[in-house]
Amino acid sequence: MLDMPRVAKMDTPGVLPGVSSPLPSAVSLNNVEMRFGPTRAVKPLSLDVQQGEFFSILGPSGCGKTTLLRLIAGILKPTAGQVFINGEDMAGVPQNMRATAMIFQSLALFPFMTVWENIAFGLEARGMAKKERRRRAQELLELIALPDHGGRLPGELSGGQRQRVAIARALAIQPKVLLLDEPLSALDLKLRQHMRAELRSLQKSTGVTFFYITHDQSEALAMSDRVAVMNAGTLQQVGTPHELYSRPGTRFVAEFVGETNVLSGSVSRIENGTAVLDCPEGRFAGRSTPGLREGAKARLYVRPEAMRIGDGNHNDLALTIERYDFEGAFATAHAVLEGSYPRRDVSVTISQQSLSSAPAIGAPFRAGFCARDAIVLPDE
Amino acid sequence: MSEIFQRFGKTLGGIFVALVLLWLAGLVLVPGIYMVNAALTPRLPLALRGGPDDVYVLENFAYLLNHPNHGWIFVKTIWSSALVTFVTLLLCYPVAYWLAQVARKWQMRLMLVLMLVPYLMNEVLRGLAWYIILAFSGPLNAMLMGLGLLDEPHRWYGDGGVLAGMAYAYILFMLFPIYNAICTLDRDQINAARNLGSATWRIHRRIVLPHAKVGIATGCVFVFMMAAGSYVAPALLGAPGSRWFTQLVYEWFFEIGNWNRGAAYGVALMAMCLTVVLGLLALFRVNLTSAIK
Repeated sequence: MLDMPRVAKMDTPGVLPGVSSPLPSAVSLNNVEMRFGPTRAVKPLSLDVQQGEFFSILGPSGCGKTTLLRLIAGILKPTAGQVFINGEDMAGVPQNMRATAMIFQSLALFPFMTVWENIAFGLEARGMAKKERRRRAQELLELIALPDHGGRLPGELSGGQRQRVAIARALAIQPKVLLLDEPLSALDLKLRQHMRAELRSLQKSTGVTFFYITHDQSEALAMSDRVAVMNAGTLQQVGTPHELYSRPGTRFVAEFVGETNVLSGSVSRIENGTAVLDCPEGRFAGRSTPGLREGAKARLYVRPEAMRIGDGNHNDLALTIERYDFEGAFATAHAVLEGSYPRRDVSVTISQQSLSSAPAIGAPFRAGFCARDAIVLPDE
Repeated sequence: MSEIFQRFGKTLGGIFVALVLLWLAGLVLVPGIYMVNAALTPRLPLALRGGPDDVYVLENFAYLLNHPNHGWIFVKTIWSSALVTFVTLLLCYPVAYWLAQVARKWQMRLMLVLMLVPYLMNEVLRGLAWYIILAFSGPLNAMLMGLGLLDEPHRWYGDGGVLAGMAYAYILFMLFPIYNAICTLDRDQINAARNLGSATWRIHRRIVLPHAKVGIATGCVFVFMMAAGSYVAPALLGAPGSRWFTQLVYEWFFEIGNWNRGAAYGVALMAMCLTVVLGLLALFRVNLTSAIK
């Protein structure tokens, strides 16, 4: 999944539909901007979502991701730029005429209608005959594995069942793009994890493009073909979950996606794609990134699981363990970098097997990492 | 009941319960029984009371049924009250929807103040305001003639005037329950319906109206009861041909002095109102407690 051919297109957002690929993009945003009075909720941004893709927008709350979703749905009109759905310009097209269906955070199931009526609501509005509606609704109930629940009211269903009914209701109108606004946020952890797999398989089996909004990175990384990280109204980076995790393009992405250790200093040398960083704690090397200049301030990021305990590593750090967080398959050692002021915390992932030989709490130890596992980003 | 004692203790709880019972007995039960009793006994001089003629009879109700006009006025009062209810509902639903879901905060506040200000005045004065507006040589006729819509002044007093005055007097009792109900409607419900391709009228019929049902039922009960029991508006804005049933009740009590017949008329009106209200609630499939809440 990580090396799907469409990924090659990811670095060219904003390409107008129909120009570079035979199929128009499911959703294409061209310099879309949204202002509410003086505040810019969405700063001009461009984005292409391919047909049949599970695409997520990941960002902290208030970053403008829900606004973006509502712009695509047509609930809001952009103050500038264009929204294309299936290659058609959506300017002036009301939301009920768009090939999108939306799943709301609150799900917004109609409480006075049965599950059947809920699912068939969009078909009713399209003038489909009652018998046909009922047949379609039943088909969808089977798709979401609730064949016997058609006569119930939404209030009589469990959280996960309501979730699935909301999806069925949206799929009933056969949208090209399903817009999902943090639909799992109200569920408990176990159910959320279960629903992830279910959403993923529903998406694959229906072939509908999913445009998914979430602030939960594990959700986005687990389900999506591609993820766009958003912050303060701008797109930070678009890529596969693997790319975002292993090659973050900006400081925000590096710090927001996954756990990471940070070392800051100034760049002393760049050669062969490796940047060497002079820090108060020592000299460290990591992969160089565009925009890095010798002498400029920069930050080095290395994941806890890339840290190796023991002497003789490159990029050697002297640490003291403060505590272990046991997380089942592995443990995270929270350590302090010796001699750092202000104190710098470093976390190291320790596998279950090597936990017995791990250093004791309070004991000094050394750990390091390979330069190719670390990334150096310019300090913006 | 035990909750009251638990919360306030025996003494204070006892006082509360006693006060409620006193209220019920003094203001509801005793006058009610007195009225039904009066309605069912003939009007007798003091000397004959307790005598052989002082028995329960239905002649006071029979009088209402057999009277050439009063039966008709009774029906018309109920029918007109229903009409007032319907008119206020038609006026209030869009306004309530606008206030609850569309209007900005300042617009909503301004509207609420504008609508509440007239209600700081006495009901009689509000009736008088309409009395002036609808007068033969009043501002309404002058305006309509000035606009060329009328060639000569129209006599508004009568059924039309009473309807207008009442709709005005009771409109807020319809507005607020509906407004409250629509306020609690999640905006995403409307968004979702529209997103699924629903036209505006269908959103109202399938989403907003069912949600506002309890509020609508409450408003209808309020307005209908008050319209049927109204005295000021028909007295001020009516014409000889548009008498309200409450005026008949008033006449029996205070002009003719036949309290027994007045009581019978009052009981008949009350029974009819109760029937209509319960019918309304059954129609809306709302129960009485949730309507009053």
